[in-house]
Amino acid sequence: MNRRPVEERLRDFNEVATGLSKESAVLEAKRCMGCPKPLCVDGCPVSIDIPGFINAIAEEDFRKASRIVKADNMLPAICGRVCPQEAQCQGTCILGKKGKPVRIGDLERFVADWERENGVEAPETAPTTGKHVAIVGSGPAGITAASECLRAGHEVTIFESLHEAGGVLTYGIPAFRMPKGIVKFEIDQVLALGAELKLNHIVGRSVAVDELLAYDAVFIGTGAGLPYFMGIEGENYGGVYSANEFLTRVNLMHADKFPEYDTPIIRGSRVAVVGGGNVAMDSARVARRLGAKVYLIYRRREDDLPARAEEIENAVQEGVEFVCCANPTKILGGPEVQGIECNRMDMCELDESGRPIPRPCTGVDSTFTLDVDVVIEAIGQGPNPLLAGLIPDLKRGRRGNIEVDEDGRTSIPHVFAGGDIATGAATVIWAMGSAKKAAASINKMLSEN
Amino acid sequence: MYKIVKRDQIADNIFEYWINAPHVTKNGCAGQFVVIRIDEHGERIPLTISGIRGDDVRIVFMAVGKTTQQLAALQEGESIQDIAGPLGTPSEVKKWGRCAVIGGGVGIACLPILARELREAGNEVTGIIGARNEGLLLLEDELRNACDELVICTDDGSKGHHGFPADILKEKVAAKELDAVWIIGPAIMMKITSMATLNTGIKTFVSLNPIMVDGTGMCGSCRVTIGGETKFACVDGPEFDAHQVDWDELMNRQRTYTGQEKESLEHYHEHKCRCGDH
Ligand SMILES: Cc1cc2nc3c(=O)[nH]c(=O)nc-3n(C[C@H](O)[C@H](O)[C@H](O)COP(=O)(O)OP(=O)(O)OC[C@H]3O[C@@H](n4cnc5c(N)ncnc54)[C@H](O)[C@@H]3O)c2cc1C
Ligand SMILES: Cc1cc2nc3c(=O)[nH]c(=O)nc-3n(C[C@H](O)[C@H](O)[C@H](O)COP(=O)(O)OP(=O)(O)OC[C@H]3O[C@@H](n4cnc5c(N)ncnc54)[C@H](O)[C@@H]3O)c2cc1C
Ligand code: SF4
Ligand code: SF4
Ligand code: FES
Ligand SMILES: [Mg+2]
Repeated sequence: MNRRPVEERLRDFNEVATGLSKESAVLEAKRCMGCPKPLCVDGCPVSIDIPGFINAIAEEDFRKASRIVKADNMLPAICGRVCPQEAQCQGTCILGKKGKPVRIGDLERFVADWERENGVEAPETAPTTGKHVAIVGSGPAGITAASECLRAGHEVTIFESLHEAGGVLTYGIPAFRMPKGIVKFEIDQVLALGAELKLNHIVGRSVAVDELLAYDAVFIGTGAGLPYFMGIEGENYGGVYSANEFLTRVNLMHADKFPEYDTPIIRGSRVAVVGGGNVAMDSARVARRLGAKVYLIYRRREDDLPARAEEIENAVQEGVEFVCCANPTKILGGPEVQGIECNRMDMCELDESGRPIPRPCTGVDSTFTLDVDVVIEAIGQGPNPLLAGLIPDLKRGRRGNIEVDEDGRTSIPHVFAGGDIATGAATVIWAMGSAKKAAASINKMLSEN
Repeated sequence: MYKIVKRDQIADNIFEYWINAPHVTKNGCAGQFVVIRIDEHGERIPLTISGIRGDDVRIVFMAVGKTTQQLAALQEGESIQDIAGPLGTPSEVKKWGRCAVIGGGVGIACLPILARELREAGNEVTGIIGARNEGLLLLEDELRNACDELVICTDDGSKGHHGFPADILKEKVAAKELDAVWIIGPAIMMKITSMATLNTGIKTFVSLNPIMVDGTGMCGSCRVTIGGETKFACVDGPEFDAHQVDWDELMNRQRTYTGQEKESLEHYHEHKCRCGDH
């Protein structure tokens, strides 16, 4: 993927990856061998007909390519940009065994961007059924479930507690990776199928549980919005943020444009981000754009970083300094942050994921201090507890996630769930995949009674 | 868009708005709040639900900074972009026996709805309200109706008892006249007033007001320490046991953006003179 020069992109929040030109997309598409048993499809959680759509690009029939993609994925401009392709479709592409896999994500993005510029085809919808489905949450899971239920002819109401739809796509993933206009465009396409979107509605509060359960079917896609904190000393000083707060202030509230926008943020001159996933990379790169020197503190080795490969590269290019094999033990200062104390970590035996278990080193030089004025904790999120906790008969797992079977059914017959609230923090496409299954179950149930 | 159906100034720099928001009024109760955003450029700020009438919710606020001053400049019939709610856990309304509801400054606005709910649950309710001076007192008549007894205090003696609600509370505690107490006002007032019930066994609630963003439990901005544990005020509260609160931490966190808040207000006043173009 082509990227804008670092000096330029650090000055704005515009998209970093520039996308493929028509010519390069066609060339890249021609590399695909059109395998009869395509391994790439096994790697895609929604089983897009990858050789099919890539072949259409090679033939320069972009409309056809778009139809093929959208048969399985209503949000291709989003997935083409944020899927961890190296762990999914491109990770299993046969060409990757010896050389470079086909750039499936980039091609998917190309097709979606082409369609957006050349006019969108509305999908076919079934005649109205008179059944009414409530969707809780407008993240990728909720939007996908809404789209599937609308196409089956049901009336759909989406409830969203924030003032904008999109879930993490809107408040979490920064615009330089996921332009907000594109998120809005893809969501609007689904809304155009006839969904009613009720913003500022917190289900469980604005809409009581019995009102919710009165719908013919309910889909819960409330996500993994509960930020975890490390529980170390100094964590509540001013200047310590959860990644959710830091990213929300910028992405949803536009604190980067303060005071033109009202929401403030502490920009910091030296920022420590704790964590190694996509959320940590996003926080670090936002902090760079706000003008800070940024350290990213990670417990394991650089090779173990769980973030998307492309974002790690981007972070390195943008001057984020990686401090690996280290774990924060204390935030210094009070009431403002003045530093962070860390313990170096030893890499010990491998855990079941094949990564080494980090254990604190002992002895001289096992601790060090970084001089920082802002700390951002990006160590993970739990399932959003509010609604799930208010529905008495809803069975939940140990970590508070809603328990579902393979078809997205919960312990209440007409209530279904999908996305991060069911699986724990995962990926956009996994959320969409599980929502699609749940919606299929909803549609089946509603057609039977 | 949500319409301001009624607007009044009810005390010095304090405003009472009724906003049409059926999704808030349907299930809203005492102890809960809303989060509002005035327009596209606005921040999200929490305001307590101070009353409910049909589809309209009442908010009462003091114009202290950029957002509340901009809100105060709106007229009846105009609209705000967003109002989310009801948020937070409702007050623990049940039969306690004899209750006191105590309000300081704009916190007084939270009391009528609470007093009414407590009385409906069979409690005897004393209202104690305090302000710096007579001009800052609010909702007196309404509270007199909502409570069995109302005591007024002013710091300067311009009306009622010359002194603080804490003085009255101490007397009632000494006379063993109370089973549960709510104290709502500025953090420092809640901290000091709640000392009157320390080690008395009287259940004492305070409504904490840390800085919030989403108000739905997603960001952690509103975290407070209660009995050594981190809680999110927007979902676990905002009401907590007064004697478990880490007050100094709360007050420090409230000051996090003092510099930016000043800048924001200056920017607003500059910009207002140029007639609303961005
Ligand atoms: C910073 C960040 C970066 C990420 N980067 C990537 C990436 O590069 N690639 C990738 O594939 N994945 C990434 N992820 C993960 C991905 O975004 C999530 O897995 C995905 O968004 C989950 O979708 P969801 O619909 O289940 O939940 P969410 O996107 O969390 O949406 C849930 C929605 O429900 C709303 N809601 C919650 N409770 C209620 C209620 N009671 N009533 C009404 N509404 C409610 C919330 O406000 C929210 O809008 C990232 C996540 C974060 C936080
Ligand atoms: C649960 C809750 C209920 C509240 N109810 C009321 C009410 O009924 N009436 C009322 O007048 N005020 C209420 N407040 C306080 C109100 O939110 C602030 O006065 C308001 O945000 C100030 O905004 P500003 O831009 O006008 O002033 P600023 O100059 O920005 O801030 C003034 C002070 O208000 C506090 N504050 C600023 N931003 C926020 C924020 N996003 N969230 C919380 N506090 C903030 C800070 O301590 C700050 O120093 C409540 C706060 C909470 C948490
Ligand atoms: S949806 Fe994601 S995993 Fe599937 S083909 Fe597209 S980029 Fe690959
Ligand atoms: S595995 Fe690779 S080469 Fe084969 S069809 Fe899929 S993308 Fe094309
Ligand atoms: S305000 Fe964001 S969690 Fe409470
Ligand atoms: Mg403000």
